[in-house]
Amino acid sequence: MGIAAWREQLRTGEVSARELTDQHLARISAVDPTVHAFLEVTADRARADADRIDAARSAGEPLAPLAGIPLAIKDNLCTKGIRTTCSSRMLETFVPPYESTVTERLWQAGAVLLGKTNLDEFAMGSSTETSAFGPSRNPWNPERVPGGSSGGSAAAVAAGECVASLGSDTGGSIRQPAAFCGVVGFKPTYGRVSRWGLVAFASSLDQVGPFTTSVADSAELLQVIAGADPRDATCLKAPVPDYVAALQQPVQGLRVGLIRECFEQEGLDPEVKASVLAAAAQLEALGCELVEVSCPRFNAGIATYYVIAPSEASANLARYDGVKYGYRAGSGEPAGASLAEMTAQSRSEGFGDEVKRRILIGTYALSAGYVDAYYKKAQQVRTLIRRDFDAAFAGVDVLLTPTSPTTAFGFGAHADDPLAMYLADLLTIPANLAGLPAINVPCGFDQQGLPIGLQLIGNVLAEERVLQVAHHYEQAARVMAGRPAAALVP
Amino acid sequence: MVTAAAAPEAAPAVAQWEAVIGLETHVQLGTASKIFTCASTAFGDDPNSHIDPVVCGLPGTLPVLNQKVLEYAVKASLALNLNVAEHSKFDRKQYFYPDLPKNYQISQYDEPIAEDGWIEVEVAEKGKETYLKRIGIERLHMEEDAGKLVHAGSDRLAGSTHSLVDYNRAGVALAEIVSKPDLRTGREAAEYASEIRRIMRYLGVSDGNMQEGSLRCDVNISVRRGPDAPFGTKVEIKNMNSFSAIQKACEYEIQRQIKAYEAGEPVVQETRLWDEGKQLTKSMRSKEGASDYRYFPDPDLGPIEVSPLQREAWLAELPELPAAKRHRYADELGLSIYDARVLTDERPMAEYFEAVVAAGADPKAAANWISGDIAAHVNANRLSYNALPLRPAQLAEMVQLIEGGEISGKIAKEILPELLEQGGSPKAIVEERGLGMISDPAAITAIVDALLAAHPDEVEAFRAGKTKLQGFFVGQLMKQTGGKADPKLSNQILNTRLKG
Repeated sequence: MGIAAWREQLRTGEVSARELTDQHLARISAVDPTVHAFLEVTADRARADADRIDAARSAGEPLAPLAGIPLAIKDNLCTKGIRTTCSSRMLETFVPPYESTVTERLWQAGAVLLGKTNLDEFAMGSSTETSAFGPSRNPWNPERVPGGSSGGSAAAVAAGECVASLGSDTGGSIRQPAAFCGVVGFKPTYGRVSRWGLVAFASSLDQVGPFTTSVADSAELLQVIAGADPRDATCLKAPVPDYVAALQQPVQGLRVGLIRECFEQEGLDPEVKASVLAAAAQLEALGCELVEVSCPRFNAGIATYYVIAPSEASANLARYDGVKYGYRAGSGEPAGASLAEMTAQSRSEGFGDEVKRRILIGTYALSAGYVDAYYKKAQQVRTLIRRDFDAAFAGVDVLLTPTSPTTAFGFGAHADDPLAMYLADLLTIPANLAGLPAINVPCGFDQQGLPIGLQLIGNVLAEERVLQVAHHYEQAARVMAGRPAAALVP
Repeated sequence: MVTAAAAPEAAPAVAQWEAVIGLETHVQLGTASKIFTCASTAFGDDPNSHIDPVVCGLPGTLPVLNQKVLEYAVKASLALNLNVAEHSKFDRKQYFYPDLPKNYQISQYDEPIAEDGWIEVEVAEKGKETYLKRIGIERLHMEEDAGKLVHAGSDRLAGSTHSLVDYNRAGVALAEIVSKPDLRTGREAAEYASEIRRIMRYLGVSDGNMQEGSLRCDVNISVRRGPDAPFGTKVEIKNMNSFSAIQKACEYEIQRQIKAYEAGEPVVQETRLWDEGKQLTKSMRSKEGASDYRYFPDPDLGPIEVSPLQREAWLAELPELPAAKRHRYADELGLSIYDARVLTDERPMAEYFEAVVAAGADPKAAANWISGDIAAHVNANRLSYNALPLRPAQLAEMVQLIEGGEISGKIAKEILPELLEQGGSPKAIVEERGLGMISDPAAITAIVDALLAAHPDEVEAFRAGKTKLQGFFVGQLMKQTGGKADPKLSNQILNTRLKG
């Protein structure tokens, strides 16, 4: 059931907020020992919030748009008074004294916090395997990863543990796990949603977005979290349109571009390719015009990303030094050790291998003598990728690609080869580099019963267009109506 | 008239050597809140009382540029004749140190807010001719200040048992002003720094308080054998808390480097600290291995835009600056170089002076009164010119009374303390108390005659050639008249009668 349907039932009293919350807490108790989507369940707070909403309703007060809707939040979004760990030993005990803008807006809209969800450490990874607190599992097959980095948020929605959740997407961290878990995941235009309170990984790429079971729910959540924020200088001031209303706009005559380079990928699973092309045909049947376009620098995205993102991360993560908060090596009293030793030891013990790998890459890429060849060159390529998109959008309304070259892989599949893991982000990264809105919509299942997702990319601030096309496709294809049986998914 | 000639020849002993000096000046911009957050910039409060999540660099926090900082930085740039960039950016300067909450400092690297300017410095030194010199300015950029480390158990890092961090200063806005290597003497360096401070105070963008660290200067200095020789090895000097310390540190360092070269010893590239107690510089750290700060554009802050329209609006708000005032006072008001310098040192004093002149006082006379008795009173009592009870028009009235011969300077000095305390019309006071000058020749003649009659011995001595005794009679005359006798007239009459 979607947000609009729950809202109606809550309004009429068919279900109370408390019942809705309790149902989801019960589901968490039942399946999370397997899924491990949650790092912390805030049951007491959730029940108290739900009771408050029920009391308000009884008193005849009007309900806010998300009143009583139980949500889960990725654990790299700061929640005041509630631990925010980024799945890292470094922040295992960190309790923020402030609330992120996005969550603040959700609570103001009446949403209920069920808990904080697992992620790859500091959002660096594509499987949740780099989490210091153990990986999450794919609800469709617990032997498979849920994707990452927002794997916990994707799995929680897929497993029915919450109505919706928030994640963050730096190189595909919303869309790829959404594809692996068979849910809708939307990364808005860079700057559409405030980053205040989002623990930074790569500041020029990070963007918060929703996981939902439908495109309509995605529009509902975006409606609440989007918009200018004086606390984030990179947040756009453009007015927020009515995303829910935009869903109903007809799609006849819209031009959908298929990026040639994406369908010619060497590692593209034939089942994924066939499923996405079938979805394209479905859009054509809805009256869209299919156009083949070329983004010649699309494949340069991954190399570009793996210079820019670690470079920014190396600076963003420098603050974790054991001095002010977070993990400190030893008993907290660095007797005899120098300050430099204390910091080095704290970082050695507090960070996992993948985080250290990226800090090293970034530090190297910014070092004197290398910065021109790496960081500056990558910025130039980033500009070229953006231009490729500009050229493409001169002739089309949205672009269509697979979200991930494969369906969910098994645990440890890329353990010995970080580069192979990086390739999982190949199709999602360019939208981050260009700052474009992009959504994952489920479009089918492979023969093993694992979900396949398609990606729709829009032009800057064309969230309405992306949601509209995604919604029409979703309503026509009804992929979830024909879903195979899965281990956990009800 | 001040000449724009080049610096005078250096002393013969070091004639072949020339020092090359550049200054890096950190000016704290006096905004109420910090550069990237609304935490207060107040000085001197309890440690860590002016911090917030942004100051501490907590995860998930973001910097947002304080627009007042931009305004102050642009105004400072315009006053230093710098070209203000329409587009510039912030960069991250990375190094690990606990006074830096994020372990990077938000600064401006390759696209500063302003570049390529100059100021005119008046170099005045006792016993030497005052000269003007134009000093080039390389750039001005904005950055955040770091916090302060307090080493416990010792006043230095060495020997301390542990260190405490105070982030009150962290995130305070700084403008770093980098001069070109145009300075040649310690005096020039001190004059340059003091002119920068004066300009910042005129603009109201900084209090320039060196003791509180709102103005900090680092000196880069080298020596070479004459102006055509290649630059020598550059040494950086820190820790000077006054302009005289800047001058002395430069002078010490110049001699130290010359001695080293002349003794065949190398001068190493290093940072040295000025020791005010011992009046010497000592080595702090070697700079041979250049630091790699891994600068890159800060992705949390968008481009800094200053439209030509905004630039013009801020330019129009600039006050007349000290150098322009000095020229105007000398050229148009006829003041001495010295007076012009004294009166323009602080803007409130200059504005007080200008108001007195505007109210009709003779500039030279006004200058004397203000830089003399009035400045002494204001400084001794830590008063402000704006709130001084003696209003400019009242001082002008007093100056005019003296000029018009209505009161003597002596009477003016007598009524000044009361005027300074309470203000009021000098003319009314003079009339009320009958302090007006006796300028009737007949009245003075009568008094003089009585005096001569009362002192026959002195009259005889005078006529015998002891003409110095005229002073005695003047004194007697003033004593009798309570200082009200017109001095010029009195002298004339005395002279005539004495000569008989």
